[in-house]
Amino acid sequence: MSSAILSEDSIQVSARPRRWHILVFLLPAFIVYSAVMILPLIETLRLSLYNIVDGQSTFVGLANFKVLFGEERWAADFWRALKNNFIFFAIHMLVQNPLGIALAAMLSIPRLRLATFYRTAIFMPTILSFVIVGFIWKLILSPIWGITPFFMDLVGLKAFFSPWLGKPGSALIAVSLISVWQNVGIPMMLIYAALLNIPDEVIEAAECDGITGWSQFWKIKLPLVLPAIGMVSILTFVGNFNAFDLIYTVQGALAGPDGATDILGTLLYRTFFGFQLQLGDRSMGAAIATVMFLIILAGVSLYLFGIQRRVRRYQF
Amino acid sequence: MTRTTLKGLLLASSILGSAGLAHAEDVTLTIESWRNDDLAIWQEKLIPAFEAKNPGIKVKFAPTAPTEYDAATSAKLAAGTAGDLITCRPFDKSLALFNEGNLAGLNDLPGMENFSPVARAAWTTDDAATTFCVPMASVIHGFIYNKDAFDKLGIAIPVTEADFFAALDKIKADGTYIPLAMGTKDLWEAATMGYQNIGPTYWKGEEGRAALIKGEQKLTDAGWVEPYKVLAKWKDYLGDGFEAQTYPDSQNLFTLGRAAIYPAGSWEIGLFNTQAQFKMGAFPPPVKAAGDACYISDHNDIGVGLNTKSAHPEEAKKLLSWIASPEFADIYANSLPGFFSLNSTPVKMADPLAQEFVSWREKCKPTIRSTYQILSRGTPNLENETWVESANVINGTDTPEVAAEKLQKGLDSWYKPAK
Repeated sequence: MSSAILSEDSIQVSARPRRWHILVFLLPAFIVYSAVMILPLIETLRLSLYNIVDGQSTFVGLANFKVLFGEERWAADFWRALKNNFIFFAIHMLVQNPLGIALAAMLSIPRLRLATFYRTAIFMPTILSFVIVGFIWKLILSPIWGITPFFMDLVGLKAFFSPWLGKPGSALIAVSLISVWQNVGIPMMLIYAALLNIPDEVIEAAECDGITGWSQFWKIKLPLVLPAIGMVSILTFVGNFNAFDLIYTVQGALAGPDGATDILGTLLYRTFFGFQLQLGDRSMGAAIATVMFLIILAGVSLYLFGIQRRVRRYQF
Repeated sequence: MTRTTLKGLLLASSILGSAGLAHAEDVTLTIESWRNDDLAIWQEKLIPAFEAKNPGIKVKFAPTAPTEYDAATSAKLAAGTAGDLITCRPFDKSLALFNEGNLAGLNDLPGMENFSPVARAAWTTDDAATTFCVPMASVIHGFIYNKDAFDKLGIAIPVTEADFFAALDKIKADGTYIPLAMGTKDLWEAATMGYQNIGPTYWKGEEGRAALIKGEQKLTDAGWVEPYKVLAKWKDYLGDGFEAQTYPDSQNLFTLGRAAIYPAGSWEIGLFNTQAQFKMGAFPPPVKAAGDACYISDHNDIGVGLNTKSAHPEEAKKLLSWIASPEFADIYANSLPGFFSLNSTPVKMADPLAQEFVSWREKCKPTIRSTYQILSRGTPNLENETWVESANVINGTDTPEVAAEKLQKGLDSWYKPAK
């Protein structure tokens, strides 16, 4: 009996040897990813359910969230940050991504000279540090030493200059546009790659049918790069709702003026780590981080199940 | 787990470290500090002066980077490897160290009598019973002005608020200089150089500050709103685009000679002396009417405390007493113009600008920044809110009354004054 089973096993094994190498190759990435991403994430989620009661870390259920949404000051700060974050995201979607598509379309024109130069120049800011970008733009827009008022004066537009970064009405838009300037290279590159992937046969067939120029872009190329645009959008969404560094370097941790540029990232930073005399509150910080995680999770799921499955893909 | 590992490492390093010293005859005291900038002064001036008088005691000044100091010090204190003397941040951070039993009470330290209660306030328990750090240095607020500009325009040093605005009008009318070098971009400039600078005159310094902590006054009272009303008037005298003007911008505008008056903290003196090409002078915050008592913000910044786990408490106390002495005050304050000794014995400063600042102590009543003691322990944080609202008032985003109301509302939400 047992010998029969053994023989059966041995037949299976010999037919399909265990592929240990898969596990071995996956392991390093799995360990590193778990250690630096998954475990901290779980720990953050756990921390958001705890708070210090009488000097002891105690399980408090959803009390931290009750404070965050229930107490007037916390709720006001949170909703303002969320609103600003949506504006930040909207500006990226309305400016950065169309601009990226347009730049990619222009770069893919075969007759364009110096295409490599433009591509490199436009992509360059993406690899610059946030600190440098923030510092450069603070100087460019400075009403005292900046070149913006000088150049605007040359073309007679000085009257339209204002200290944008310091005004509650314009600060968020200004910072968003700086971020767009820095990151526009990413959608450009992704969509440029997608455009290059369109086989020449398709384009030639379109030309035979008399579809050229603009209508060729709208009817042939754009539908073919739609999956790439979807991916760019979701990358923008995740990036924007995790954003922190640029606002911190340009506007400081209080995200002034009057909290006009305060997004979830800066609110989290101030709450978790504290600022100046404000002591850090790790539990409330973790609660905000958890809400951010849920927002991003919801957005990504919506995209994944609602949009990505419906996008038509073309195989060539 | 990482914490215990860290503790273990620190413990191991301390044992190994002290093993080498075991045979040395001299006692070595280590001072923990965040003041990297002071390393040369300690090594070249202060330590030799102390060691010459106290044979057998060696002193080592061991600074950490300012941003790492608090975390590193608490880790070292927990592991028992911290230095004998701990440099104290003002208020709550040091109070926490004392409450955890890491800092010793120093009420009976010889030399402590050299400090006034205001000077000790930053390192004294809430009930004023125990002082746990020797006050070392403070910074004073006031206005630094361009003497050449004042001479050229024939402006006398303003004494009253009316004088001050008359001077600003004159500078503005002339047009050569920006009247006031200050921006609101960094927020804290508006609060620290603006509100906390001129404010004590209106809330009557310590009197108002104590009443606020006791709950007898509110931020919406006249004394606390009035400085905001004055600040709102500053708007017209700031440079173009002051909303986006940062702190370094303001410093540069003044030292390049483009602005006439700089609302200052005394810590600027060292930098301004090396950068400005013109003569500078200083005046204290203007009073409301001629003859009124003047108040200055003389804010405690640095103190030194005794680690309870120090192996040589007697020697460490000797050093602390020396730090409390007029001799230390003299060497320290003169090496770092702008950081003033809190010692009651007046120090003669060699730097004329620093001497001008410190001379106000004799005629004006000192106080500390109103938001620092006790009132910034909760959420929303009063100090941070004051930054935002001070900038709002100058920008015209909020009226003085609305700003005061917001601050009081935020404070009320968590602060219940002891009855």
